[in-house]
Amino acid sequence: MANKKRDFILSAVFAAIIVALLVYVDKEQHYSMLASVIQKASIYALLAVSLNLLNGFTGLFSLGQAGFMMLGAYTYAILTIPLAQHASVYQYFDGGIVNVCLPPAVAIVAAGLVAVVFAWLVGKPCLKLKSDYLAIATLGFAEILRAIIQWEVLGPVTNASNILKKFPKFDSIMTPVIISAFCIFLIVLLINSSYGRAFKAIREDEIAAEAMGINLAKTKMQAFLTSAFFAGVGGALLAMFQASVQARSFTSAMTYEILLIVVIGGIGSVTGSVIGSFLYIACSEWWLRFLDDSQTYLGVNIPFMRGGFRMVVFSVVIMLIVLFYRQGIMGTKEFSWQGIINFFKRIFSARGRKAVKDNG
Amino acid sequence: MHTATYYIDLLLSGITVGSLYALIAIGYTMVYGILRLINFAHGDIFMMAGFFMVYISATMPMAVAIPVVLLMTVLLGVLIERAAYKPLRSAPRMSVMISAIGVSYLLENLATYITGGLARPYPTIPFLKGTFMVGSLSVKVITVVTPVLTILLVVALVLFINHTKTGMAMRAVSKDFDTARLMGIKVNNVISVTFIIGSFLAGVGSILYFTNYGQVSPLIGAMPGLKAFVAAVFGGIGSIPGAVLGAYIIGVCESLIKANDSISIFSNAFTFALLIMVLLFKPNGMFGEKLTEKV
Amino acid sequence: MAENVLHIENITMQFGGVVAVNNLTLDVNQGEIVALIGPNGAGKTTAFNCVTGVYEPTNGKIDFFGETIVENYPQGKMKKLYAGENMGMYDHIVSHTPDVIASRGIARTFQNIRLFSKLSVFENVIIAKHMRAKQNFFSAALHLNRAEEKRMREETMELLAEQGLDKFKDDVAGSLPYGIQRRLEIARALATEPKLLLLDEPAAGMNPQETLDLAAFISEIRDKYELSVFLVEHHMDLVMNISDRIYVLDFGKLIAQGIPSDIQSNTKVIDAYLGVSEDE
Repeated sequence: MANKKRDFILSAVFAAIIVALLVYVDKEQHYSMLASVIQKASIYALLAVSLNLLNGFTGLFSLGQAGFMMLGAYTYAILTIPLAQHASVYQYFDGGIVNVCLPPAVAIVAAGLVAVVFAWLVGKPCLKLKSDYLAIATLGFAEILRAIIQWEVLGPVTNASNILKKFPKFDSIMTPVIISAFCIFLIVLLINSSYGRAFKAIREDEIAAEAMGINLAKTKMQAFLTSAFFAGVGGALLAMFQASVQARSFTSAMTYEILLIVVIGGIGSVTGSVIGSFLYIACSEWWLRFLDDSQTYLGVNIPFMRGGFRMVVFSVVIMLIVLFYRQGIMGTKEFSWQGIINFFKRIFSARGRKAVKDNG
Repeated sequence: MHTATYYIDLLLSGITVGSLYALIAIGYTMVYGILRLINFAHGDIFMMAGFFMVYISATMPMAVAIPVVLLMTVLLGVLIERAAYKPLRSAPRMSVMISAIGVSYLLENLATYITGGLARPYPTIPFLKGTFMVGSLSVKVITVVTPVLTILLVVALVLFINHTKTGMAMRAVSKDFDTARLMGIKVNNVISVTFIIGSFLAGVGSILYFTNYGQVSPLIGAMPGLKAFVAAVFGGIGSIPGAVLGAYIIGVCESLIKANDSISIFSNAFTFALLIMVLLFKPNGMFGEKLTEKV
Repeated sequence: MAENVLHIENITMQFGGVVAVNNLTLDVNQGEIVALIGPNGAGKTTAFNCVTGVYEPTNGKIDFFGETIVENYPQGKMKKLYAGENMGMYDHIVSHTPDVIASRGIARTFQNIRLFSKLSVFENVIIAKHMRAKQNFFSAALHLNRAEEKRMREETMELLAEQGLDKFKDDVAGSLPYGIQRRLEIARALATEPKLLLLDEPAAGMNPQETLDLAAFISEIRDKYELSVFLVEHHMDLVMNISDRIYVLDFGKLIAQGIPSDIQSNTKVIDAYLGVSEDE
């Protein structure tokens, strides 16, 4: 009981610090690197958690996430571009044929739903495939969707391979954080429900799960659709963050990036994915930026630091994690204050022992 | 209306592209047959082979550069297997696949870093350059050399697999990994041989492909890699003739689609649509064997 | 006469040219413990897999409480290949996935234990309650029906306590001793609220004392949960001890059936099976 009270106080204090930080950054440093990292990382956290729901919790190795993100981003963009801007955005298609402009909140939900509809179409044939075939089939579907969106015939709706822009963006950095946090909260609820346990059963042993009365096709589909819904919402948020949408940026490389975040955080850990995305985005967008510029230390110019070096360092780190630290940051565990306390206790006791040894 | 020459031209270029996919697809199908791993990095090995040539041919004559490039490609393939796949031999399949994606990411970033992200012109290989005339049709030398060389290599490979001791070991390992090991087959050596052959063929493919295409860029390997994989699935994973046939079908269809402006955007999508069709209606490919799990 | 629970009728299972089960007919009545025995490769587990929907038999039908749950006849290529009997006797196709069979009330264990080995004992059992939970995806995902979740948790704890597994509830299933894992697998099967329990070699890998305990345990759960039990087994001690009736399978064909004492003295059975087992 005492622990519960302690955890509650710690969580409250932690939440208060986060909110205070967000309010401060939002007001004072709206255009800083920190603000941009917070927004992008919270969106990626949602995307990573939605992918983790499939890969980590249900054991379905899907690589179609970029496709669902793209559908979400396009749905949001198409539905929210102000009518007055249609002529300039759809300049090659006579202003397009879409004559609606919805409020952003509605469009975000619509983004998720459109992704769900397509996920159903993709999942129906693909979900019965075994692990690696599922991966390659979902990856293929994402590529097919990308080609369809860029098709000239659909230009009046999707603007073909041209950019979509001038739709509403975030007015505060709080918006993506709150939406992502809320969505992740919903996913956590799901994972902790009877359905979440059914997902895990499928991950552990499909044949046993089926023998226990779990309908494989239906349950896998539920996981797949949920994941796609949140990927669609994440795509919409990404569109708002970037202020523009273009199909050719939603490549399989984008899915790989999110997959690697999931791996860094720990496959099967929601908090791991969240921590993973903040670390990944902060490193790639901010902390490791210096690796791309030539640097001079103590009068010596370091020759190998130039454009692209950051990504090399990054991929080496990822390979090291994949090979030697397969559990990632969290493994399949979730964050708990007790875990943090134990972690520090271990460090200090190890140090204490070492100090005793050194003295003795 | 188009003339017959136009279609013959399309067909020839489709066969050329198909041959290249075939050379890459063999690497995929063999690795999958033995390790049950989609080697996502295979397309990037192909890309790296292109860059090896760009840099090496600048320092030595072409006749020396070609074998050196092939050797380096083979070394790269074996190195990747040893460093990134071997430590995960007993890990879940998803981990190995993620490792393969990681390697692919690393190679692409490395190539971007070294080249500054720009495409580099591919050196001219004297005896592959040029054209000759057949009637009114002008044919590139490379268009003829590619399929001929591909078929020769495939025949040699099939003979190797069916008639040598190493080939027999490879067949045994792909049938049953654990039993083969118990029977005293040095599984790690067999896997190395597989990667040597796969990378060698990708190296040859890269020379032919980039000579035709004219330049190399860091991300160029991903798409041909995936298409070659589709070819391998189409033919039935693990089957070499199947992979080759699949590659030719994809190459020719793609060439025809690309030529039609209104649908050319679907040239990549077509390949994946084909993949999904095959997985749905003939999940073991045209020549594949059925794998079932014992309950 | 007790009510018929499971009626397997002329089941033939043919893989390519190999007839694994040949024209098997068998009944399990309410409250009975029925054993299917036979040498390795006789087709026992295949018969199980036909009942539970893992395989579709090539020919024949299976009724559960009078309702047909499986029926099939040779089609396509199998028409020519078919080497079994009773061709043309069946003309319907009834086929269900294993989860549907489980929801009808048939639960099973596996020959080589298939627990959710990385999940806790508690999770292993409560997962089996999922199918009977009265909640849909949204009400469950949003935790709107807390009473239902609470009921599932309580029933799971109750079941674990009854099976003496409550002290392991937070342990990872894969880390438990072998005997406990077997018990957990049975507990998990019971959690699906079955009317018929299928046990696939429950005594495999057990020593004589453990086997005796298991025999008592099986009779006990049969009485407690008013089940019928159908088991496949190698251990003669166990089978002779607890079975009401025994069926003997050899090379896919039924060679004998009857009460344990009859089977023990049946010369065909001794030739096919017991003779071999005594040499061991």
